[in-house]
Amino acid sequence: MSARDGFTRREFLTVGAASGASLLIAMALPATARRVFAPGETPTALEPNAWLRVDPSGDVTVTVAKSEMGQGVLTSLPMIVAEELDANWGSVRYEQAIADQKYGSMGTGGSHSVRGSYQTLREAGAAARMMLVEAAAGTWNVDAASCTTHSGTVHHTPSGRSLTYGALASTAAKLPLPSKIILKDPSAFRIIGKRTLRLDTPAKVDGSGKFGIDTRVPGMLYATVVHPLPYGATLKSFDGAKALAIKGVLNVLPIETGVAVIARSTWLAFKGRDALRVMWNEGENGAASSATIAAALTEGAAREGAEGERTGDPHAAIAQAAKRVEAVYDAPFLAHATMEPMNCTADFRQGKCEIWAPTQSPQGAQQEAADALGIGKEHVTVHTTLLGGGFGRRLSADYVRDAVLCSKAAGAPVKMTWSREEDMRHDFYRPVSRHVLSGGLDAAGKLIALTHKVVAPSIGDQRRPGSLPGGLDRGALEAAVPSDYRIPNTLASFALARTPVPIGAWRSVYPSQTVFALECFIDELAEAAQKDPVDFRLALTEQNPRAHAVLRLAREKSGWDTPPPARVFRGIAFGSHAFYGSWVAHVAEVSVEGTGVRVRRVVTAIDCGTAVNPESIEAQIEGGIVYGLSAALKGEITIERGGAVQGSFDDYPLLAMDEMPRIEIHIVPSREPPEGIGEPGLPPIAPAVANAVSRATGKRVRALPIRLHA
Amino acid sequence: MATTFTLNGHTATVDVTADTPLLWVLRDTLGLTGTKFGCGRALCGACTVHMDGEAIRSCVTPIDDVAGKKITTIEGLSADRSHPLQRAWIAADVPQCGYCQPGQIMAAAALLAEKPSPTDADIDAAMAGMLCRCGTYQRIRKAIHMAAEKGGSR
Repeated sequence: MSARDGFTRREFLTVGAASGASLLIAMALPATARRVFAPGETPTALEPNAWLRVDPSGDVTVTVAKSEMGQGVLTSLPMIVAEELDANWGSVRYEQAIADQKYGSMGTGGSHSVRGSYQTLREAGAAARMMLVEAAAGTWNVDAASCTTHSGTVHHTPSGRSLTYGALASTAAKLPLPSKIILKDPSAFRIIGKRTLRLDTPAKVDGSGKFGIDTRVPGMLYATVVHPLPYGATLKSFDGAKALAIKGVLNVLPIETGVAVIARSTWLAFKGRDALRVMWNEGENGAASSATIAAALTEGAAREGAEGERTGDPHAAIAQAAKRVEAVYDAPFLAHATMEPMNCTADFRQGKCEIWAPTQSPQGAQQEAADALGIGKEHVTVHTTLLGGGFGRRLSADYVRDAVLCSKAAGAPVKMTWSREEDMRHDFYRPVSRHVLSGGLDAAGKLIALTHKVVAPSIGDQRRPGSLPGGLDRGALEAAVPSDYRIPNTLASFALARTPVPIGAWRSVYPSQTVFALECFIDELAEAAQKDPVDFRLALTEQNPRAHAVLRLAREKSGWDTPPPARVFRGIAFGSHAFYGSWVAHVAEVSVEGTGVRVRRVVTAIDCGTAVNPESIEAQIEGGIVYGLSAALKGEITIERGGAVQGSFDDYPLLAMDEMPRIEIHIVPSREPPEGIGEPGLPPIAPAVANAVSRATGKRVRALPIRLHA
Repeated sequence: MATTFTLNGHTATVDVTADTPLLWVLRDTLGLTGTKFGCGRALCGACTVHMDGEAIRSCVTPIDDVAGKKITTIEGLSADRSHPLQRAWIAADVPQCGYCQPGQIMAAAALLAEKPSPTDADIDAAMAGMLCRCGTYQRIRKAIHMAAEKGGSR
């Protein structure tokens, strides 16, 4: 590993300045995945954004500039450092970095934190270990090569001497970074790969963990904001008299983003909002509805798409195929619905702004605040709190803008909290989409051609209208025709269908739709070819050993070749490694009772390369499955009069405990570099369930959420 | 209007309007932020606390109804994370983002107080209204069983 993104290794590590008696190694972890964009974020790889500190007390602290939103990054990143450092895991702590412009990219997304940081974190741990060994060897006047390390201590076996890392820290801090950093052979790993309980759990079981909404600042007021509906509407008028009549409601005023209610408690702000009457200039979006959006998709589906990846001559191959299959699939808008509603605390006084935000993009938050207040970024400090769910929603900083404007209006620190209804109706939704697929089989039932046209609004085009080169959004075609399947003639294409509904990155982004359509269609092709769905996929991945192995493992562990229990039906779907790195296969077992679908069991096989923390990996797969099941079985945002209809968990229900399937996860042992884990489990769950439901009912599922009619 | 009740074993007196939900008294007036706001309509369970030992949704419980009652929040479940459910939650690595977990633990504690050895069906019935967006349900079930085996109701 000599170069990455054009930079050499030495440029990723430095010995920290002003480290005093502690050994400090500064690291520059590569920017967040290229496909996740946070507004206002300009990734630079050369500025440190993570630190390893060994204190004289022996404490090892890893300061991380990634956000903890449930994925366990505050544990898995320190594990990687501790492994190469040979640290005593019990002495390892984490700290959340304070966001500031002087740091490199801090964005968290794209299932990127572990895989993007792995090499650098290993090198930092190894460099520190070598420096501690050098310090010990110097102290004893022996050859460093005769020293060994174990659990936070350097040993010199020939003389029976040993020194702890804490005792060596200040000496090591004076040494230069080693010119050649030697990493462990993975066979020697004792922390990486070991089931490790999360370091952040204790604070999450006693109420002491501080989420954004838990921020308390002396002299703080409370606020909520009502935002325009239809989307893009402007304020016409408002009547705050009834709100202001409530004791404790201090102010009702228009701000750039809507109408703010400032009060002495969150409850009073909510009461004020309920008493408030706001009239909007509806503008052209007032006519937008699910029906007009469906018409735009129909129009887009009839259009020739902009071509993405093409192999061979798919149109000719389909025309000449022994058997042709065509199908159209639909997926709706979806809300993120994080359990912690959007909120932010801001203190803007005397030209400086301090922010406490549950954000996936601290620097995006910093930029948003600076823009809203008309001050330089250097006057904005962002503290990243725990995030009560992220899933892509908290890459946007719209709620930060609300908070700083409220603080500016109040001239005091303000905690701004959205109601659940505001959160549900002012999301950046998973885009709606339509998928037009066609395929050709030869006389032997082999898949020789596949085309997949994605008709959808574009996240990139919505942020910068007209910015798509040739009308092509490559992001929307992710996993549309995965490279894991060997098909000689393929085409992925994109037809833009614009919408006034705000859209954004939703856990796994476009593959949550493309994989649903593709993997359902693969089952339709297998059926047309009169092949078993697993056999059909195995044939497509014959030359792809890791994909092949995952499919075989799922087949074996699910008991695919043995009959399922009575009235239970199985379906399989595969998740390509194309964008998150990992290979995944889910087998879902479902039963259908009347018009109800019950998912009883999910068996997952995953190859995510080196499994840094198997405990967290399983948790993330469980999470991806449950998030994906809510979408597959229930989730749908519909639009009327230019705004989302759904407002809370009664009309946007989530999967609950009594609907939870048994989940069994099997990780392929591997010494390959680690791959993504937060998102890969999600895309294949909806098609696995849909394929099982199709088997149960004899009728293909072609739209989400899955709805059966009596 | 002053309202007096017992909070985590201590007497608490607050002066707020009678319709103020207990949730916001805990969070904004008293600064106990372990109890979470999720929906404000008793749809998600994030705000669950105990009133006289029963699990209630504090977001729809006006402070007027709390006068003279015993309230226990996540902060008062144990002094040192020693409640069998808290220990089980740590051992089973239950939380992901962690936001809903105080409510989940309080609901589970009320369940174990009533049914020290709950079946899966008991857990489904007691916990079905407790939403978790991260998908920790399988681990919550496991942790409740683990705590029950160790005498979870204390």
